[in-house]
Amino acid sequence: MRADFVKTRYGLLKRRTKPMIKEFGLTFYVIRKSPLAVAGGIVVIIFLFMAVFGKYVAPHDPYETDIANRFKSPSLEHLCGTDKLGRDVFSRLLHGARYSLKVGIVVLVIATPLGIILGGVAGLLGGWFDELIMRITDIFLAFPYLLLAMAFCAALGPSLDNAMVAISLVWWPLYTRLIRGQALSVRENAYIEAARSMGEGRMTIILRHLLPNCLSPVLVTFTLDLGAIVLATAALSFLGFGAQPPLPEWGRMISDGRIYMFQAWWVPTFPGLAIALTVLGFNLLGDGIRDALDPKLRRVIEVEAK
Amino acid sequence: MMEDLLVVKGLETQFFTYGGIVEALDGVNFTIRRGEVFGLVGESGCGKSVTALSILGLVPPPGKVVSGEIIMDGENLLEKSEKEMQKIRGSKISIIFQDPTSSLNPLFKIGYQVAEPLIYHEHYKEKKALQEALQVLKDTGIGDPEEKIKNYPHELSGGMRQRAMIAMALACRPDLLIADEPTTNLDVTIERQIINLMHILQKEYGTSILLITHNLGVVAEMADRVGIMYAGNIVELTDVHTIFHNPKHPYTIKLQKAIPSATSVGQELEEIQGAVPRLINPPTGCRFHPRCDHATSVCSKVKPREVEIGTEHMVACHLYG
Repeated sequence: MRADFVKTRYGLLKRRTKPMIKEFGLTFYVIRKSPLAVAGGIVVIIFLFMAVFGKYVAPHDPYETDIANRFKSPSLEHLCGTDKLGRDVFSRLLHGARYSLKVGIVVLVIATPLGIILGGVAGLLGGWFDELIMRITDIFLAFPYLLLAMAFCAALGPSLDNAMVAISLVWWPLYTRLIRGQALSVRENAYIEAARSMGEGRMTIILRHLLPNCLSPVLVTFTLDLGAIVLATAALSFLGFGAQPPLPEWGRMISDGRIYMFQAWWVPTFPGLAIALTVLGFNLLGDGIRDALDPKLRRVIEVEAK
Repeated sequence: MMEDLLVVKGLETQFFTYGGIVEALDGVNFTIRRGEVFGLVGESGCGKSVTALSILGLVPPPGKVVSGEIIMDGENLLEKSEKEMQKIRGSKISIIFQDPTSSLNPLFKIGYQVAEPLIYHEHYKEKKALQEALQVLKDTGIGDPEEKIKNYPHELSGGMRQRAMIAMALACRPDLLIADEPTTNLDVTIERQIINLMHILQKEYGTSILLITHNLGVVAEMADRVGIMYAGNIVELTDVHTIFHNPKHPYTIKLQKAIPSATSVGQELEEIQGAVPRLINPPTGCRFHPRCDHATSVCSKVKPREVEIGTEHMVACHLYG
């Protein structure tokens, strides 16, 4: 009896999720077709792995100083050498990935929903509300985002948490603009008017008809932005506004190591490479996703897949 | 005589643009009776769609209904709040738009979209609403409805989408269905099918239809009574037979002559000189006078009254006033 119930439930679940899985499968297939996107995907996976498990696989304690072994060049014992206090650079890199990912996620969790809601409402309603929101975003966008983030950081006090808040504060206007632009074009679609003529309320229309149809560019921007946020965090930390020593944040590591560039090149170079590769990886993956979501290109590949 | 379902009296809708006030509707009067098809005919830009949107309370800004009454079941729709109107839209009055390709949300399955008004207005559970939706889709004669309800809009052809739209509009059995150029974007064979379908469904569901079109052929096919619209006014209103066989208003007469017909091969079509006036600064008096062959000095000064010249035959022209 119970087994039957489970079985039918499972059947139902399978039936419901099957088209979805097929859809994901197809998207995945399209991404797989592009070697660059695959490379980006691999880099991103390595980055995520470092961020999640780096703590456990790191060969050394990232905070453990060993003055006797300072500025050791890369070797099997210290894969990326040691810094001015004899700390293992490789272990610090592994730990540092976690901070970058954390900032990326926090910023997106704060900025994306804010941007989506404000942009969606502004785009659909128009009028004074739209004007108000757009002028506020204009104010934010009038300054270079890094400068503005620095200003916020300076006001809040330098720390990684404040850097996250600062970056979130300068990031939401980008999403608001993006979504508003999308909403403006989507709201002209007859199905919005049709929904209205069916007696649906404003909120229902925004949530059910408008936003879901605006989301695919957000997914792409999301991926591309993760890279940009990693970079922004590193930049803030490099300038001394973000992570404070001895936190093994990548930007901070470059900043601390840059004066030793010529006697111990590995100290600033490896964190620099880590940042560059991560950003590149996210960008390549983002491009791949964009191609995969482009309906024209997709149709061609769908036919190929069948 | 049939009972009045919807009475529109002195409806004036204006658009407040930067360039000035556009008088899109300039005192429109008509009545739709229960169970009839009322055709509203006119050239592009004469205010047909604005009339439909005014009835639904969906005139887009900067447009506004400035005066008049729209009475349904003894209540003036123009005095209702947005919340109350939302309850009426889709359940008592619904509309089919001319573009079936973009009138369905690409992200939801057909079945769900047809069921949505039932969930919304009748508070059906999803399962029951879907069953009902399937039934309505069957009524629209869509092939293989069990399969179609699981399809997304892009998987259907234009004709099928328009059927789905009709199903969606009829799901809650509205008293009035506004069909805003329902067949304009379809080819003639599908047009034929959709017209037949609307005819059948109208009888079956007992719905009145406000048929908006610029195609006199479609009107001849479907409508019981017809209003001819010109530049924001209804210039002639009578039954469909009289419109075609005994038209009185100069505009109606000219419109008839401009229709190509299979029996007049080789003859030149008459065109109506000029274009529909810009309503931001409409002609004074009778709005048709600059294009009218019978215009006299009074036409440019005084707006013609609507005159009953026979049973159920209204004309707004100085020739008959």
